[in-house]
Amino acid sequence: MTSAQTDDAFVEFDRVQKSYDGETLVVKDLNLTLPKGEFLTMLGPSGSGKTTCLMMLAGFETATHGDIRLGGKPINNIPPHKRGIGMVFQNYALFPHMTVAENLSFPLEVRKIGKDEREEKVQRALDMVQMGQFGGRRPAQLSGGQQQRIALARALVFEPELVLMDEPLGALDKQLREHMQFEITNLAHDLGLTTVYVTHDQTEALTMSDRVAVFDDGRIQQIAPPDTLYEEPGNSFVAQFIGENNTLEGVVTNMGADSCEVKLDSGDVIDAKPVNVSKAGERTRVSIRPERVEFNRDRLLSDAHTLKAHVKEFIYMGDIFRFRLSVAGNEDFIVKTRNAPDAVRLKAGQEIEIGWLAQDCRALDA
Amino acid sequence: MNDQSMKAAMERGDGPMLAADGTPLKKSLARALRMQKIRALLLVAPLLIFVLLTFLAPIADMLFRSVENQIVSETLPGTTATLDDWEAGEGLPPEPVWRAFYFDLFLAAEAKEHTRLGSRLNYEFTGMSSLFRGAGRGIDDIGEDQAAAIIELDPRWEEGGFWHDLMSGTGDADVRFLDARRDRLERLTGDRYDGDIGFSPGAAVVDLLPLTARAYTDWALYTVLADGDAVIEVTPWEAVPVALFLDLRAADAAAVSGYDGPGRGDLFVAMLAARSSDPIDFRQSFIDLDEDFAIPTIWETIQTYSNRFTPGYFLNAVDLQLTPDGVSARDAGQRIYIVLFQRTMFMSLLITFSCILLGYPVAWILANLPMRVANMLMILVLLPFWTSLLVRTSAWKVMLQQQGVINDTLVWLGLVDDAARLVMINNQFGTIVAMTHILLPFMILPLYSVMQTIPPSYVRAAKSLGATNMTAFWRVYFPQSVPGIGAGSILVFILAIGYYITPEIVGGTKGVFISNRIAYHISASLNWGLGAALGTILLAAVLILYWAYDKVVGIDNVKLGG
Repeated sequence: MTSAQTDDAFVEFDRVQKSYDGETLVVKDLNLTLPKGEFLTMLGPSGSGKTTCLMMLAGFETATHGDIRLGGKPINNIPPHKRGIGMVFQNYALFPHMTVAENLSFPLEVRKIGKDEREEKVQRALDMVQMGQFGGRRPAQLSGGQQQRIALARALVFEPELVLMDEPLGALDKQLREHMQFEITNLAHDLGLTTVYVTHDQTEALTMSDRVAVFDDGRIQQIAPPDTLYEEPGNSFVAQFIGENNTLEGVVTNMGADSCEVKLDSGDVIDAKPVNVSKAGERTRVSIRPERVEFNRDRLLSDAHTLKAHVKEFIYMGDIFRFRLSVAGNEDFIVKTRNAPDAVRLKAGQEIEIGWLAQDCRALDA
Repeated sequence: MNDQSMKAAMERGDGPMLAADGTPLKKSLARALRMQKIRALLLVAPLLIFVLLTFLAPIADMLFRSVENQIVSETLPGTTATLDDWEAGEGLPPEPVWRAFYFDLFLAAEAKEHTRLGSRLNYEFTGMSSLFRGAGRGIDDIGEDQAAAIIELDPRWEEGGFWHDLMSGTGDADVRFLDARRDRLERLTGDRYDGDIGFSPGAAVVDLLPLTARAYTDWALYTVLADGDAVIEVTPWEAVPVALFLDLRAADAAAVSGYDGPGRGDLFVAMLAARSSDPIDFRQSFIDLDEDFAIPTIWETIQTYSNRFTPGYFLNAVDLQLTPDGVSARDAGQRIYIVLFQRTMFMSLLITFSCILLGYPVAWILANLPMRVANMLMILVLLPFWTSLLVRTSAWKVMLQQQGVINDTLVWLGLVDDAARLVMINNQFGTIVAMTHILLPFMILPLYSVMQTIPPSYVRAAKSLGATNMTAFWRVYFPQSVPGIGAGSILVFILAIGYYITPEIVGGTKGVFISNRIAYHISASLNWGLGAALGTILLAAVLILYWAYDKVVGIDNVKLGG
């Protein structure tokens, strides 16, 4: 096996299954390849199997079936301490009875690295996370954000090739979280780390990752770069889970090459892009992002279908406006517009017509 | 102060902080919290009072007994007073001591208090108890010839009424003298001696016949208030004519002949008879009664212990003794307490250590099992608590004895010869095994509750950082469980050091603790003072160890949970 091949498949899950009780599968047939240097996020609701996958990779859980390979070698039978994987835990797991420097020194000590080199590496790791002055403190004397940085530094100090992060920002407040997202991403790219990041926060997933694997029901529903994931969700779960989404249900009536017509249950007909439908007569659930809905007739194609909408609510959010509409039986149809100088402020009770470009409306599985 | 200046003052921080209505903030805060404090106090009060009355007060009383020594000076006030002038090492004390001793002992024997004093002094010098008991029986005979020389002059000396008139005299009654005698009897017996006795000593008689007045008043008080008889109907006890004999020999003849109270003629005749009789040799009389009275140590002991407070019990508790020459070590054969204290400490440490060894893995497994299973197993740990301590200890007796279950099994398996059965009970081994078993839950519970708060992610983190299972345990898990070990150790050690029942049953002679000795002194030998001194030392040892533990480990590092 050449090194180029192992770089492309640095981490590999091959038909991995996991069951705790022998009756239900928590992870069902997981296949995943991760090239070296990639930042991959596992995103999903709780109980979707993403943390179990991470724990199997770290070695704290064993796969019931299938192989996990790291750098081309199966690691199923390698105990966690020999895998050389750095890990950042949800609550940091900084050892409370050791100082920050001792925490960082721990992985180096167990690797029998000499004192001088150890101290140098610890200091370098602390500087890397801008915590150079805090070596003598105890974890309890640090703020949440500082603890987070130390946890990160500890996971990186022994220069692992793979870093796992289990919801590392879950305990921080919003502002600090956004700041740390930025720092972690920068660090990962600067050091060329291969990172597997677990979160249930989709903003985190979208802003930080090279690729995102959306988990549900023990399977990867879609694995794709963030923009693809958001703009081209592969199924209605992903569409619903990532970002805000409007759905309408109906039956495909007219199938074209890259566009189709869908007759909604309310009787209206709309244009959509077929994704998970192949022929007329199939039931479908169409998905359209709130910011892609247009109510200025002039900006739509002349032959585009439009829907009548009733404005239920106008919500002012500063940078954007949010409208809640009643459309084709959906009482929670959301439309967003940017707060531009010429933006129209619709009022509750107004009757309008809405439409969209066919490629923005995706006909997915029912 | 206007708002502006007040604000300025507050910003400068030089004035007291004021509440909205202008009162100092501290004061209004205190007022706001007062109701809460009162309510808290009221809620605690019933238990507090209960504990104070039933627990702390008796303990304080017991501790006081370890230095209290009033019995000698209260039973023998005259003797101890006269002994002050005598130097130990000069042979036997002079005659006034013996005379005072006669009157003290006579009264004590009549009030039946002399045996108590004998028991007390017996702790310090063996033989005192029987000496005092024998002297109490024979004391009536001392001076009987001399008394008879007066009594046989006239039958009236046998009449209660005659004595009453004689001692009442004419003129003023000496009330203070009477009250002083009441106090004396109260201190001697611990009972109250209040109330009218139909007699008060005449001041002139007290002057003329001081010893007689004292002996007669004591007798009158005792006869009326303790026996319930009337003074005029009963003949006084033997000490009264003996006192009269001494008074009349010592009195100024002119004063007696010039006395004009009732019975003055009889007194004069009696004086002549007394002066023509042989004097009473109290020393010889006591030595005749029991030759042990000739041992100077008897008197040295009484003198040494005549103070109201004594360090004697404490010295005794650490194998020392108080002698007239100061503090000295006891004879080698009598030194038992230091060894006992050492053994108690050593065995308690050993028990604590075995509890850690046995309890730690159990607590670990409990803390790492699912809640439901852990709770079920916890019931098994707590099960011994539901069985009587006595039953558990007796069960160990059944297990460990030479004809017991373990020995039988070993013999049956052929591992031990029938003739050489293991001795596992009535020694230190038995005590350690049984007490480790009994105290184990006290180690497991705090360990468990501390271990429960250690998230599994710490060990995982250690492993992910490259630590082997052993390293992860010793460097990450174990240090965090130390507060639990600390709490469990304090609990087990302090319980062990004062343990009584188990060592009593399975300890034999080699495996008993200091508490067994304390119990012996409290309930069998009735040497409460020594028991209290031993208990005080034990309490102090525990407090010192606790303090040292706090200095070394830090009591903040002890966690009983959460």
